Amino acid sequence: MDPLYYGIALVVSVLAAGYLITRWRVPASHPARGEILLRIRTWCWIIAFFVPILVTPQPLPSVLLAIVSFMAFKEYITLTPNRQQDRWAFLWAYVAIPLQYFWVVQAWYGMFIIFIPVYLFLLLPTRLVLSGHPKGFLNSTSTLHWGLVTTVFSLSHMAYLLVLPDYIEGNRSITGASLLFLLVFLTQMNDVAQFVWGKTLGKRKILPLVSPNKTWEGFLGGAVTTLLVSLLLTPLFTPLDLPRAALVGLEIGIFGFIGDVVMSAVKRDIGVKDTGTLLPGHGGILDRLDSLTFTAPLYFHTLYYFYY
Amino acid sequence: MYALCRWLFVTLLAWPLVLLWLGLTVRHRQRLPRQGPAILIANHNSHLDLLVLLTLLPLSRIPQVRPVAAADYFFRNRVLRFIAVWFLGLIPVVRGKTPRRDRSDPVTTNETLGESVDPLAGCRQALAKGEIIILFPEGTRGEPEVLSRLKPGLWHLLKNQPEIPVIPIYLTGLGKSMPKGEWIPIPFFVDAYVGRPLPYDNDKALYLQTLEECFAVLATKGATRLRRTSPTDER
Repeated sequence: MDPLYYGIALVVSVLAAGYLITRWRVPASHPARGEILLRIRTWCWIIAFFVPILVTPQPLPSVLLAIVSFMAFKEYITLTPNRQQDRWAFLWAYVAIPLQYFWVVQAWYGMFIIFIPVYLFLLLPTRLVLSGHPKGFLNSTSTLHWGLVTTVFSLSHMAYLLVLPDYIEGNRSITGASLLFLLVFLTQMNDVAQFVWGKTLGKRKILPLVSPNKTWEGFLGGAVTTLLVSLLLTPLFTPLDLPRAALVGLEIGIFGFIGDVVMSAVKRDIGVKDTGTLLPGHGGILDRLDSLTFTAPLYFHTLYYFYY
Repeated sequence: MYALCRWLFVTLLAWPLVLLWLGLTVRHRQRLPRQGPAILIANHNSHLDLLVLLTLLPLSRIPQVRPVAAADYFFRNRVLRFIAVWFLGLIPVVRGKTPRRDRSDPVTTNETLGESVDPLAGCRQALAKGEIIILFPEGTRGEPEVLSRLKPGLWHLLKNQPEIPVIPIYLTGLGKSMPKGEWIPIPFFVDAYVGRPLPYDNDKALYLQTLEECFAVLATKGATRLRRTSPTDER
């Protein structure tokens, strides 16, 4: 049987166990109890949204992931300061979202990989300059394009994993869905592991001005945990061998952390605590996707370079 | 038929546009009135404001929710008038100087001569029927995301019936999404912050000042919704 289904079953059981333990074993007076229960409940919603992405045929998974990008990009431009005359450029950027995912459904790799980094990179400043306001132009251009690359281009690599051809090795066939499952599982697990290591052992602050609660102990503990889990799972879910599984583990461990602190820096720069209120207990959708914006393209290109 | 049109408008236009295309966060939803008569007041930056307010109320109440709008804008031609009456349930109010009766008007008497027609008659009738009315005290959409001076119509409306609850609502982000003069709403997350009922005051100037202060407070509360409380308060 496809390891994907064991993977989904594992995640669901871990969540259920976490919920029940918190519910019955943690005293009601514990300050973090309500917060943890709320977070687990939101996790259930996230999984209910994510499972159809893994198990249904195209184009539904791409449509669902396009909605994720749409929400993330909307959250991003709601946060960032912008000028009123930029509204047409925003509209163009929004139009790019369904197009980017359309290239994915077509499995048109050449277009998928240059559409936002090349064409939108040229089109957005074109639209912005045509509105004829130089004051704040550079801010608008760079803010808009960075947001589009982060929330649409990077995240759409998740969708492209699903349209990669099945990898057949002996009697084993590896689908895009199990590639995507592993990426999301390792990235989210890395977030949780860094949080848990930081809470239990954390002493030395790693980037005190950007994210005061992050520590060296949390970062290293999490990265090593992710490396070990990757050595165990990556050969099962992907065509990668052990040394390459180690590479993927390190990438996700290190750049998952970087994605997280980059979004913290953006939030701190703007002066907000969370990016939104969409996911109760977590904050906004970008608070949950921040690590994936870095790990998704890296993981995709590692696989693509070696095997596709 | 009228109720059906109102429901169709809300379910097919207001809900998808506000809840999916934009994305709305409501603070203190429980402060909204369950039934009329009541007056909802809000700051006004966009035509979308009305759609947002309509999504805040339960569908069963919608036919009894009556937005108040300028007669010269929404009743300027037949198509708009049809939409305004059947789909929005608008109560028209004549803006600016109230029209004086023409001397040649056969019903003009010494009494009515020089006396204005009550522009708020429609609102009074709706409230008497126990409906919920939606009012934008700024009178016009004005500059995006800036509060203009408030008009005294609300106070005149309350003068004879001060017991009617007035619930202030502060909306953010809609002026960015679709400001005056634009017709395509750009997706932005928007917020509605529902305040406590505003107490009536016999003094008109004082009442308007309280109203203005109330909106200013709601605006800062709305803006600090996501702001961090202290530099270390972060996960």
